[in-house]
Amino acid sequence: MSCTQTIIDYGLRSLGYGARLLPKTEFTLCQHFTLIGSGMLWNIYFGAVALLIGFIIANGVALAKASPRATIRKPAEWFILIFRGSPLFIQFFLAYFIFLRLKQKGILPWLTAAQVGALVVLILNTAAYSAEIFYGALRSIPKGEVEAADAYGLSGWNKFIRIIWPTTMRLAWPAYVNEAIFLFHATTLVFFSGFPAWQQRGDALYYARYFADKTFNPFVAYPILAFYFILLTLVIIGLFGIINKRLNRHLPKDARPRLRYRPQIIR
Amino acid sequence: MGVYKIFSFCSDPSALASFAWLSCYLTTGKHFLFYYSFGTVLGLLAITGPTALIFGFGGAILAQSQLFLLRWIGKAYISIVRGVPDIAFFLFFVIALDQGFEWLRHQAFCPNWSEPIRQGSDFIVCKAAKLPLGTAEQYVHEIYGFFTAVLTFTIVFGAFAANVIHGAMRAVPKAQIETGQSYGMNKRQIFWRILVPQMWIYALPGLSNLWMVLIKATPLLFLLGIEDIVYWARELGGTQLAKFSAYPHGDLRMYYFLFLMVFYLAFTKISEVILERLTKRLSHGQGILGSDA
Repeated sequence: MSCTQTIIDYGLRSLGYGARLLPKTEFTLCQHFTLIGSGMLWNIYFGAVALLIGFIIANGVALAKASPRATIRKPAEWFILIFRGSPLFIQFFLAYFIFLRLKQKGILPWLTAAQVGALVVLILNTAAYSAEIFYGALRSIPKGEVEAADAYGLSGWNKFIRIIWPTTMRLAWPAYVNEAIFLFHATTLVFFSGFPAWQQRGDALYYARYFADKTFNPFVAYPILAFYFILLTLVIIGLFGIINKRLNRHLPKDARPRLRYRPQIIR
Repeated sequence: MGVYKIFSFCSDPSALASFAWLSCYLTTGKHFLFYYSFGTVLGLLAITGPTALIFGFGGAILAQSQLFLLRWIGKAYISIVRGVPDIAFFLFFVIALDQGFEWLRHQAFCPNWSEPIRQGSDFIVCKAAKLPLGTAEQYVHEIYGFFTAVLTFTIVFGAFAANVIHGAMRAVPKAQIETGQSYGMNKRQIFWRILVPQMWIYALPGLSNLWMVLIKATPLLFLLGIEDIVYWARELGGTQLAKFSAYPHGDLRMYYFLFLMVFYLAFTKISEVILERLTKRLSHGQGILGSDA
């Protein structure tokens, strides 16, 4: 079987198009690359959507945590504590079984599907981690900037959207890149945590593990997976770098904070 | 496993009221295996914490070595492990380590073996090289599985610790080193008497963070095939039919995982409090922000 044929058969296998049966014999390099790459589509979907929605929620939660009123602050603190203090793996399991229970009662049955249920967990999880980053940035805004805003007569929404929020983003961005990278890495947990891979439509790690189990040879499938993830990481750093440039466009070139990939967190 | 009785009234579970039923249910033999598996998790943490620190120390020393090759090895170790999803590494190392050990033993014990080790999709070593030996007891298999898991965790977290310690070593003020030089200390003396004692305070925030991460990585033991708390929560929580169990019940997995969640939250919270106190103590008298002096 030629490689083009393999790509036609398995290129979109993770979404349910193309050949139904996964390869059973003579696992070629081409099959490895195609299927694992096909699975990456899921990782990108989970990561990108969760990041986008999580970003919006995180802003709200960070503001709530900085609020002087306890009725607003306490729930935000608890939200962050629960999602940052427990393993994502357990969160996936717990959410799945809760969704399963709801489904039996006929409430929101589609939540048990990975593409919705796991996404919800990822959104809440990244919202909590990002909120902590944004909260930290919010606390370290230079006093002078806020005073300058007051001096110009800015207040309320205007002060927030013109002064406080842009500065928060500027300060938080280098840390937020790492959060984004780790969110994408964390998407590999989805299909190992209860959420079923319907008709073997899994993510990259799902297929990599399939190959490693079938060939009993971890030295091919996992390095390919690593290759894809390093590529994805570089793309994320590139995209975030562009935004970082825009955020700091008022600064001279060498005074702009540089984005550094500093992997510190696993979940 | 028969009906295991802690309380005498547990002999006929079907006749019990709900509270008594629960107390009997939670003391079955299988539940004790569940409780022991918390020990497995704590054991893993107790072993992996120190060993990962040693790996990290070694990696950091390599990464700042004078010799190019050693430095290169140290830096490669740190950056490769950190660049890839950790769970892929867990899945990779468990097979790779296992095959590596068997391959080494194969070379040592069966030098006359002529067939290739990789035959298509099989990995074949001679009988004497199998790990654990095919004749070994069940508990040997379990200990070996736990050992490879610990080694995997150590390798992965060692790389993270190496990164933290490497950074901490470079954070020790230059003037301290220069003082050592002016006292006529050689490189080794400076390293052990000045650099190492002083670097911990700079390493502590990173290491505390790593400890929290390590706690949160322990459920991944489940993926390595260890019968850990996640395994038992799934087993025990699943629907039990009256045919197979003296304690039939519906799907309780939600509650079991809720319990695990609370366990982890409490564990990370307690660790946080202790580490905060430790940081305060260690930074006492150091001339940095957050210390009293």
